[in-house]
Amino acid sequence: MTKQVQQLDRVIIRFAGDSGDGMQLTGDRFTAGTAEFGNDLSTLPNFPAEIRAPAGTLPGVSSFQLHFADHDILTPGDAPNVLVAMNPAALKANLGDLPRGADIIANTDEFTKRNLQKVGYAASPLDDDSLSEWRVHAVPLTSLTVRALEGFDLSKKDAERSKNMFALGLLSWLYHRPTEHTISFLEQKFAKKPEIAKANIAAFQAGWNYGETTESFSVSYEVKPARLTPGVYRNISGNQALAYGLIAASVQSKLPLFLGSYPITPASDILHELSRHKEFGIRTFQAEDEIAGVGAALGAAFGGALGVTTTSGPGVALKAETVGLAVTTELPLIVVDVQRAGPSTGMPTKTEQTDLLMALFGRNGESPVPVVAPMSPSDCFDAAIEAARIAVKYRTPVMLLSDGYLANGSEPWRLPDVSELPDISQEFTTAPNGADGEFLPFKRDPDTLARPWAIPGTAGLEHRIGGIEKADGTGNISYDPNNHDLMVRTRAAKINGIDVPELDVDDPDGDARVLVLGWGSTYGPIAAAVRRIRKSGGKIAQAHLRHLNPLPANTGDVLRHYDKVLLPEINLGQLALLLRARYLVDIISYNRVRGLPFKAEELAGVIQDVIDSD
Amino acid sequence: MTELVNGKGLTLIPKTDAKQTLKDFKSDQEVRWCPGCGDYAILAAVQSFLPELGLRRENIVFVSGIGCSSRFPYYLNTYGFHSIHGRAPAIATGLAASRPDLSVWVITGDGDALSIGGNHLIHALRRNVNLNILLFNNRIYGLTKGQYSPTSEVGKITKSTPMGSLDKPFNPISLALGAEASFVARTLDSDRKHLQSVLREATAHRGTSLVEIYQNCNIFNDNAFEPLKDPEVRDEITLRLEHGQPIASATKAVVRAAGGGIEVVPRAEAADDRILVHDAHRPDPSLAFALSRLDEPSFEHVPIGIFRQVDRPAYDVLMAEQLDEAVAQKGPGDLGGLLMGGDTWRIG
Repeated sequence: MTKQVQQLDRVIIRFAGDSGDGMQLTGDRFTAGTAEFGNDLSTLPNFPAEIRAPAGTLPGVSSFQLHFADHDILTPGDAPNVLVAMNPAALKANLGDLPRGADIIANTDEFTKRNLQKVGYAASPLDDDSLSEWRVHAVPLTSLTVRALEGFDLSKKDAERSKNMFALGLLSWLYHRPTEHTISFLEQKFAKKPEIAKANIAAFQAGWNYGETTESFSVSYEVKPARLTPGVYRNISGNQALAYGLIAASVQSKLPLFLGSYPITPASDILHELSRHKEFGIRTFQAEDEIAGVGAALGAAFGGALGVTTTSGPGVALKAETVGLAVTTELPLIVVDVQRAGPSTGMPTKTEQTDLLMALFGRNGESPVPVVAPMSPSDCFDAAIEAARIAVKYRTPVMLLSDGYLANGSEPWRLPDVSELPDISQEFTTAPNGADGEFLPFKRDPDTLARPWAIPGTAGLEHRIGGIEKADGTGNISYDPNNHDLMVRTRAAKINGIDVPELDVDDPDGDARVLVLGWGSTYGPIAAAVRRIRKSGGKIAQAHLRHLNPLPANTGDVLRHYDKVLLPEINLGQLALLLRARYLVDIISYNRVRGLPFKAEELAGVIQDVIDSD
Repeated sequence: MTELVNGKGLTLIPKTDAKQTLKDFKSDQEVRWCPGCGDYAILAAVQSFLPELGLRRENIVFVSGIGCSSRFPYYLNTYGFHSIHGRAPAIATGLAASRPDLSVWVITGDGDALSIGGNHLIHALRRNVNLNILLFNNRIYGLTKGQYSPTSEVGKITKSTPMGSLDKPFNPISLALGAEASFVARTLDSDRKHLQSVLREATAHRGTSLVEIYQNCNIFNDNAFEPLKDPEVRDEITLRLEHGQPIASATKAVVRAAGGGIEVVPRAEAADDRILVHDAHRPDPSLAFALSRLDEPSFEHVPIGIFRQVDRPAYDVLMAEQLDEAVAQKGPGDLGGLLMGGDTWRIG
């Protein structure tokens, strides 16, 4: 039977199932095949904080959304074209996001009376006409998998566990994905259990063959490779890119990396990744708590290391006092905050931009800290190097504000040429700097206002630093009122004087009257919304802040240039508060704090409303 | 007796041939403790002890927290870091773990180490980071002007406890042994000779050495350790712990109790072969722990000296070994290779 092949320019698939169904792995493998095929892509994993919530319940649903296209795309997509629902809970939890006409591939084996009851279905929605708005493909994924694995020496339960690979095979057929990588991946993953490897491969191939032969699928789809900038690409998540950026920062600063960290969602993967690369001289220290994590990093920085601590919002709260110590001792330190929904424990696996004001002001005293925020998963690489550059050059702690969406989302990344990465190295001070041959640990560089970084082991420069106010120059304890005023102002001036690039504005014709501004991870959805507006003939300017402290020097001019400034944030208006106070410019805020990134369509509507309003 | 192969605490730290004196270790800062404070004696003992090590001065770092004792680093002409309350062990851990060529000292007090910083202290001890921790125990909060501390005796009347403190104090030695510290000792601010003999062993020990120093706060808790200093009674109540020597004072001796533990009996009642011989190097810490309980609840007899001194790999050494092993397995880090390491594809 020859099946019809339809061309599409982009597709959004969501795999959804129980936490134990392997949906993240399935999504990862589909992503790998898609990346290999050459589409542009963007992903959004969404999973509960509980490792295994009760099976078959709504809280236990885990999903993975993938957007891929024949052109460059900016977000994981608003609404899925295809939902793979491994059980009734996965269907119910995701149905609200499905546009009319979308495909639903439902695993009928799991639509048992008991499973339906667990999520409040009186009858199976597959059997009545409640799903008539969608195209439903009822596939007994579990039993087909078990049948395909009959020849294997496996228990029924083990055989059933391969149903995610059957689903992956079916979807790979449906969208013409290459299969070689998945097969070699399974061989490697289960190298020590060859029977399991073979079974998973057999399930994967059975899924593919099912698509080819069943009448349930009459059409398959092709999405041509995207024409991206030439280069070598790999798919990368924000956390991995951030870890690689820190390694690159260590290499480019010629400083050994010391990571002091305490496990916390969604930042732990940075600790995991860095701990795998000790051949770079990286010391990873899993501390007894958040405070010890940053303390050890600061201690290592005193000794001449590139000190880093990685955490999420609750951890930043605990580290505040030590960050203040780094501010006043003027030592380089990188504090990575992978923001998550708060306050308190909040929703650990969900994203938010609510730590901006804490990063800027969440310490006692006048305690200025530079803040850098990456704008996409792959930008975490460059943002980490930038944070390190500032930390080392200006001898200051730097906050790097990632978030859960960047951390776990992924996109293709054009690999940089490592020979072209910036040299961010600084010399340690090795000789006295005082007029009488003495060492003055707080005598500053006149340009940067940075103080000397003289590390233990350097003869003749023995000195003491600490949290008590220091006399300008000598660093000796000082309670002198004028000295304190001078030091407070000097520390502020140092941070305000950090060289950050100007704010770029994307205003193609130069005649837009509305600017949409963003910071951090909202770049993708805002840019996608801007494209939509322009496609329909609208005029809109876009700018995105990567440096939140200091702000680019032209920020005020950019804001004042437009009649209206719209600022979407996944908080209740934190940057808007800051910009209003600093530039006396009104800002139209758009805020949603749902634990999820903005959708492009949603923002396009908001932008259009602002353009249309008087 | 268990023999020790340690004593290598200083081998990774650069030495100097230059002659050093006490003066070399004095900073130009005016010492600002209250007149009569026990801290002066400890500072003088440390300053006059350091030249003996023959280490390059620039390779010595003193890290402290907050409290009277934590001002210590300002008065030594070495590298120093006066940090924040309770966190000195954490900061020193990062420094010592990344710089095995440094002699890193932590100066802390009973409030700093055992209240606000208790967590960092026990974890430093269990990790066995190469640190010399000097815990100045005066059983009171000095810098905040006289509140009871986690080592104050129950019923202590202070500004914050006008009707007496309710909480049972920590015994720092018991706590350290409970955390399986590899070196645990107690000494006295006023006994410079003993203090320095303990420091000698502590610095020779690679790993964490915890030295509790009974220190008199003459303002808020004067004479807290007077019985140990009073010539009339000190020889009776002090039980000197010396490896390989019987544990006994002029009038008392430590013997095995019938129930399996240990007890203090009048010396006259204990035949020489019944007196417990101190073995600081025993791998099992339970006997050292039993010794640490002898002064509870009163000051009737107080063991002074090294309770425990055992070989255990130091954290910084283990950490460095892992880095070497990673290089041996994978070769030195190659950034380009790392970035190209995943599933890659080429466009154009």
